[in-house]
Amino acid sequence: MKAFLILEDGTVFEGTSIGSTRDMISEIVFNTSMTGYLEVLTDPSYAGQAVVMTYPLIGNYGITPDMESKKAWPDGYIVRELSRMPSNFRCEGTIQDFLKEQDIPGIAGVDTRALTKILREKGTMNGMITTNENYDLEEIIPKLHAYKVGDVVSKVTCSEKYVIEGNGPKVALMDFGAKNNIAKSLNQRGCEVTVYPAHTTAAEIISSNPDGIMLSNGPGDPADCTSIIEEVKKLYNSDIPIFAICLGHQLMALANGAKTYKLKYGHRGGNHPVKDLETGRVYISSQNHGYAVDADSLDPSVAVPAFENVNDKTNEGMAYIGKNIFTVQFHPEACPGPQDSGYLFDRFMKMMGGTK
Amino acid sequence: MPRNQDIKKVLVIGSGPIIIGQAAEFDYAGTQACRSLKEEGLEVVLLNSNPATIMTDKDIADRVYIEPLTTEVVEQLILKEQPDSVLPTLGGQAGLNLAMELEEAGFLKEHNVRLIGTTAETIKKAEDRLEFKATMEKIGEPVAASLVVENVEDGVAFAAKIGYPVVLRPAYTLGGSGGGIAHNVVELEEILANGLRLSRVGQVLVERCIAGWKEIEYEVMRDSKGNCITVCNMENIDPVGVHTGDSIVVAPSQTLGDKEYQMLRTSALNIISELNITGGCNVQYALHPETFEYCVIEVNPRVSRSSALASKATGYPIAKVAAKIALGYTLDEIKNAVTKKTYASFEPMLDYCVVKMPRLPFDKFISAKRTLTTQMKATGEVMSICDNFEGALMKAIRSLEQHVDSLMSYDFTALSREEILEKLEIVDDRRIWLIAEAIRKGISYDEIHNITKIDKWFIDKIAILVEMEQALKTQELTPELLKEAKRIEFPDNVIARLTGKSERQIHDMRHENGIVAAYKMVDTCAAEFAAETPYYYSVFGSQNEVEETSGKKKVLVLGSGPIRIGQGIEFDFCSVHCTWAFAKEGYETIIVNNNPETVSTDFDIADKLYFEPLTPEDVESIVDLEKPDGAVVQFGGQTAIKLTESLMKMGVPILGTAAEDVDAAEDRELFDEILAQCNIPRPKGDTVFTAEEAKEVANRLGYPVLVRPSYVLGGQGMQIAINDHDIDEFIGIINRIAQDHPILVDKYLQGKEIEVDAVCDGEDILIPGIMEHIERAGIHSGDSISVYPAQSISEVTKRKIEEYTKRLAKALHVIGMINIQFIVCGEEVYVIEVNPRSSRTVPYISKVTGIPIVPLATQVIIGHKLKELGYTPGLQKEADYIAIKMPVFSFEKIRGADISLGPEMKSTGECLGIAKTFNEALYKAFLGAGVNLPKYKNMIMTVRDDDKPEAVEIGRRFRALGYRIFATRGTADYLNEHGVKAIAIKKIEQESPNLMDLILGHQIDLVIDTPPQGADRSRDGFLIRRNAIETGVNVLTAMDTANALVTSLENTDIRQLTLIDIAKIK
Repeated sequence: MKAFLILEDGTVFEGTSIGSTRDMISEIVFNTSMTGYLEVLTDPSYAGQAVVMTYPLIGNYGITPDMESKKAWPDGYIVRELSRMPSNFRCEGTIQDFLKEQDIPGIAGVDTRALTKILREKGTMNGMITTNENYDLEEIIPKLHAYKVGDVVSKVTCSEKYVIEGNGPKVALMDFGAKNNIAKSLNQRGCEVTVYPAHTTAAEIISSNPDGIMLSNGPGDPADCTSIIEEVKKLYNSDIPIFAICLGHQLMALANGAKTYKLKYGHRGGNHPVKDLETGRVYISSQNHGYAVDADSLDPSVAVPAFENVNDKTNEGMAYIGKNIFTVQFHPEACPGPQDSGYLFDRFMKMMGGTK
Repeated sequence: MPRNQDIKKVLVIGSGPIIIGQAAEFDYAGTQACRSLKEEGLEVVLLNSNPATIMTDKDIADRVYIEPLTTEVVEQLILKEQPDSVLPTLGGQAGLNLAMELEEAGFLKEHNVRLIGTTAETIKKAEDRLEFKATMEKIGEPVAASLVVENVEDGVAFAAKIGYPVVLRPAYTLGGSGGGIAHNVVELEEILANGLRLSRVGQVLVERCIAGWKEIEYEVMRDSKGNCITVCNMENIDPVGVHTGDSIVVAPSQTLGDKEYQMLRTSALNIISELNITGGCNVQYALHPETFEYCVIEVNPRVSRSSALASKATGYPIAKVAAKIALGYTLDEIKNAVTKKTYASFEPMLDYCVVKMPRLPFDKFISAKRTLTTQMKATGEVMSICDNFEGALMKAIRSLEQHVDSLMSYDFTALSREEILEKLEIVDDRRIWLIAEAIRKGISYDEIHNITKIDKWFIDKIAILVEMEQALKTQELTPELLKEAKRIEFPDNVIARLTGKSERQIHDMRHENGIVAAYKMVDTCAAEFAAETPYYYSVFGSQNEVEETSGKKKVLVLGSGPIRIGQGIEFDFCSVHCTWAFAKEGYETIIVNNNPETVSTDFDIADKLYFEPLTPEDVESIVDLEKPDGAVVQFGGQTAIKLTESLMKMGVPILGTAAEDVDAAEDRELFDEILAQCNIPRPKGDTVFTAEEAKEVANRLGYPVLVRPSYVLGGQGMQIAINDHDIDEFIGIINRIAQDHPILVDKYLQGKEIEVDAVCDGEDILIPGIMEHIERAGIHSGDSISVYPAQSISEVTKRKIEEYTKRLAKALHVIGMINIQFIVCGEEVYVIEVNPRSSRTVPYISKVTGIPIVPLATQVIIGHKLKELGYTPGLQKEADYIAIKMPVFSFEKIRGADISLGPEMKSTGECLGIAKTFNEALYKAFLGAGVNLPKYKNMIMTVRDDDKPEAVEIGRRFRALGYRIFATRGTADYLNEHGVKAIAIKKIEQESPNLMDLILGHQIDLVIDTPPQGADRSRDGFLIRRNAIETGVNVLTAMDTANALVTSLENTDIRQLTLIDIAKIK
């Protein structure tokens, strides 16, 4: 069946329908990872967005037991080609079936490079995937302009807290849309991880007396999370060691008076160089964010930049002065992407050890 | 960290002659690195014995030494030039080994020269089997159970312990020389003994066989601060067991999930960090197809063939970045030259699929085993880029120029199902074609996979191509079907064949329906950032992103495709210099080529690079888009020449010599007319199509005759026939491949062979010099030792050659380059071949005469005249030097190849000997080619009857040098009768001890074996030559070569070499 991708600027790409055939409107973003399509699909940070994969061959190794959450989150999926036959020893099914089961509308056969160039030049924009050949641009485009990502954190966070057993430090993980590998990375280091829904109060967290608090990644505009930001401020004041990733990093900055801003087309992929400003070492990181912290807007007596993106010099992490808190914009938990910054979990372990 | 200011003068060591396993990739890497060093204001001293390279150009380095790559030479060079540093990681294994020997001997330290880039300690850790294993164990990186042995007994004992099959890998060899898989003790003993001998340190690794696992490679970079990145990973379609150089390789990996991908990536970074490598490094893995188990196969702490491929596949200039790192820069300080916005500290992301295919030399070595093993056999490779795998594979196939254009090109239709299954067990270069036939015959993916271990994902892709063949054969050709066929890169001619239509019809149907190629950019970042480097590949069904350029005149330069015997790196040298010359004249330059190993496909050589197959259709798509003002075909070898007619049909003016004149040189009848007009004699001959006609002509001319197809390169299929039987055989071989062109039969004249390259502007000609071959006519010019200036012809003959060259160039209306081969018998001069194009000898003669022939020819093509360019026409004054070009062979790599020299070219590369005297030049040339005598002072002579008188004199001279001569009965008798003592030995078929025992006993330095002319049906001669080569003995098959060798050995006073900076030759 034919499918169409209609962009806010009126550009239309024709392709073949994959997954669900229902219409969808969302924000269109691109990801440059060459492997890890399943991890991308199941990363809750993509809630409210439709993802374009720039690598043209998707689904080569099928669906493996590598989901980063319980389900697929993107509103839509845009690819050049889906492999008709996956091959991998851990393959449990095809991506075609997976998209159908997860009810994700998608389109294949798109010139994803041309699409990416549009998004790069004009910036991230909204779009629609439809199988209706008689679409009416005049009717659709205003709808596309009107689309807002909205409160997606509430959609993706867990409904109640749960515990992953461990013998080491006790970590409270705030689930704003956490990827599984965050908890796993802590748990592998021995931590007992308690995962809390996003709207849990700071008081509840603090009263559970954790050795450390982990603020997870998550979707949407960080500035929209006003109530969570207030709670994060309280966590900041608690003197409990805190490590934050991605949305968590942004929320901590906002809680301390910083501003965040939307990047033209975001950073999504597994090849972003980040520099540790203390050592000068560069690490290749996994990234998925559309917003960034304006480091200059943060009082240097409160926090200083700890990491910076080598390409566009945007902020990639903050170190909080006089606090056992550090935050990063990128994803040390990888999945997908390079594992180079996994050592940050070790640093967090040390921080927690120090407070005991 | 900014650059280390203590580094001011750097010695760069190249990789020497092109041999299998060490080809043009090191010229590419070396050239890129030298340019990068010069960019930093450093003084670069270059050493490489290979005159055909671009890196040995005075534009690339400040001081250029084309001298043998021996420790003595490097030592002497260091004393002479006093560099403060040596960069050893760009010259392949040859360069690395040399640097290591000097370091180990303490020479570098003694003279305050440091190794920059990777340290000696690191090199040792990575290259020495024991140290490598210990290092891997230390950091917990798995290696296959293995043991380094220094004798056969230990190997046998270890194999008994870990079980067969076992893999054998000699330490410090290149291209896996002497390695192999042994399935039993007999095979083990044979391969191991050979491997021990070939290893520089007498060590061979005996290892658990992981054949059938996935073979995955990572290209990694690291700087002195410890920052590291992976440039790309690659997956070998052929599982472990086939050398990666002979495998079909895809980038990035296709069948690895993120977990496997990141597991191996992390491992590669751990390894490069532990080895403390600063620069580029290649790590090869075997990955179990059904678990996460993996083994590190090997680490190359230097740029390599794979790194060249990775650079071209991603756009990331590994050698350039490695050179900057060697100077002290860190990755985050080096700009990404492609995006000019990002830095070298990032990882390229591909939004396309790359396929590399090896170019194997079995068309040259008909008797050779086609089996692919852990010992590399490919002479070159092609790369293709597409947005889908099927398309990339189809493009790679037609880039090979081996009469293949689809998965139907090798015909296995006659095989039964059982025969196919049986044949699939044998791994050879036709395996994917056989798999395609297996799929056509309904053999299941599982059956194919179980035998070949090739991942089913790739098998399915082959099946998709087979299904398209079927669809085209059976369905009506709708625009939709055509669109899909083009998306997966079926060429028009194949679609035409399958649909029963003409190629023109397909072409027109495509254009009517807007099914045309679009071009996408290789930008290192999957379009995330705007890139400025115009490096393109074609796809169907997408938007074009090539920006229209205007203002300047545009010229299309056609490259020479994969490196193969007969068409080597020389043509890349010519293409690159031609491109630069056009750019200097204000042209916009466009290169089309498909060889990832070359300088011409580097991203900043031309204004635009199209990485595409060199077929008429592929070139036409580029022409449609770019509308060039002209095309140059005379620098890209036969590949480009073959496109002349098609280009004219597309309406592209051929710059320089007109197409009809190119044709006149190749068309026998036209050519004969021209020779007659010019009053130039040629050996008598005729054109024929059948064996009957050929025999009639041969008998009329009188045997021996030379038989060859027209329009070929490197004398392919050329043979000397001495009787009717030979004619039948040779014509049979030639006609195995359908011939559009007639076969030539000429009287064979045995005289001196002379060669000239000349530039003609339509009025005047310029001949840089006359080259003379040491071997008499009958041996291909590419396999002959070539001497400049010619030593043994008279002044009168030289003038005659000059005059004939002038007449021919003018009669053929040559504008640009012409290459002519002559035979001189007494004072008589005959023309045997004219090529109205650049030739193999152009780089060599340019360098030793100091005349920039290619730029000059390019300027002439543009319309300048030689006189206005400041040159005096005619034969130029001879240089003060003697320069000898010595062919280099790779026979030990190709099991079963006959090494005897004849009219068909067999050498893979060349080296130069340049000196003030003939004897020193000759000695250098032999030394450069690796002929390093004597060890035992024992030799074997077995010569054909008409060579016997000459053998006496040569034998006498070897005796005088203290050699003991063993000879077969006939030769021994003759020598003894003529007063040269020779020990008669038994022939091979006789009982031990016989000739073979002597060879295999490793007591022989040299074999002189001249096979009879015609089809040598003697199994003996073949076996002697083969076994000698495989045991590392030098074999000469022409008396002239033997004569030259003994001359060089007699002159012991020339052992102290004088090094010549050819950058100073004016």
